Amino acid sequence: MTAQADDELWSAIGDPSRRQVLDLIVSNGAVSASWLAGRVPFSRQAVAKHLAVLAEAGLVTSRKQGREVLYQVVADRLDQATRAMAQLAAQWDRRLATIKRLAEAAHTENTESRGSKEEAPS
Amino acid sequence: MPGLVIVREILIEAPIEVVWRTVTEPDQVSQWFADRVDLVLEPGAHGYMQFGDQGGPVVVETVDPPTRFSFRWNHPRGEEPVAGNSMLVEFTLTPEGDERTQLRVTESGHELRAWPEAERQRYADEHREGWREFLDQLVTLLAKRQQG
Repeated sequence: MTAQADDELWSAIGDPSRRQVLDLIVSNGAVSASWLAGRVPFSRQAVAKHLAVLAEAGLVTSRKQGREVLYQVVADRLDQATRAMAQLAAQWDRRLATIKRLAEAAHTENTESRGSKEEAPS
Repeated sequence: MPGLVIVREILIEAPIEVVWRTVTEPDQVSQWFADRVDLVLEPGAHGYMQFGDQGGPVVVETVDPPTRFSFRWNHPRGEEPVAGNSMLVEFTLTPEGDERTQLRVTESGHELRAWPEAERQRYADEHREGWREFLDQLVTLLAKRQQG
């Protein structure tokens, strides 16, 4: 993925409304813009705009079927997005797990040294 | 990476002051984050993080002991990190009684930062569960597709 493609991908899925549109396409397969417009709390024009951005980022493709244009997800591109997100999230999970281990070890050490000081006079 | 937000949380069996030190003290930070950490705990302070043979500048944004710490990074070399060109990493510590602390980290891109506060809050709230769910859904779908 080039940096520019990366940016397009992140901004495409970073917007909550757009994610809602993408979510609906993901769960329902090939759907039309008017079908989508009936299921989201924003205008048909907004749906069309979101679809254009998603298509530009390579996340959805369209095809004509009769008089309708149907949109569907591009699995490879979604897979890329998912993996990139999951990698970043996993990286933070590893860091948080290390923080937990360090803090808990420091706490145990503090408690023990406090304990031995308190016991010392007796 | 505009609009990107990652939120992760962990529950730690240690008091908030201990977790705060682990998250913010440079000799601790070098154990869970970068290999070499040059960091001063003051808003606006410029520091540096070295990861193996790569590294980059960081600028501290918020220091509010023992609950909030944030810094910016991943900005273009030679530029000051501002809301428009960098990633913001924010740590939020919440005490759960005397002996436990909930630690949350958020990494977010610049577009979000430029939004009005209310919109940002709404997105952040929605995001807390939304993103995980969204990813899970994608992963499930892709697994099904690969089988089929």
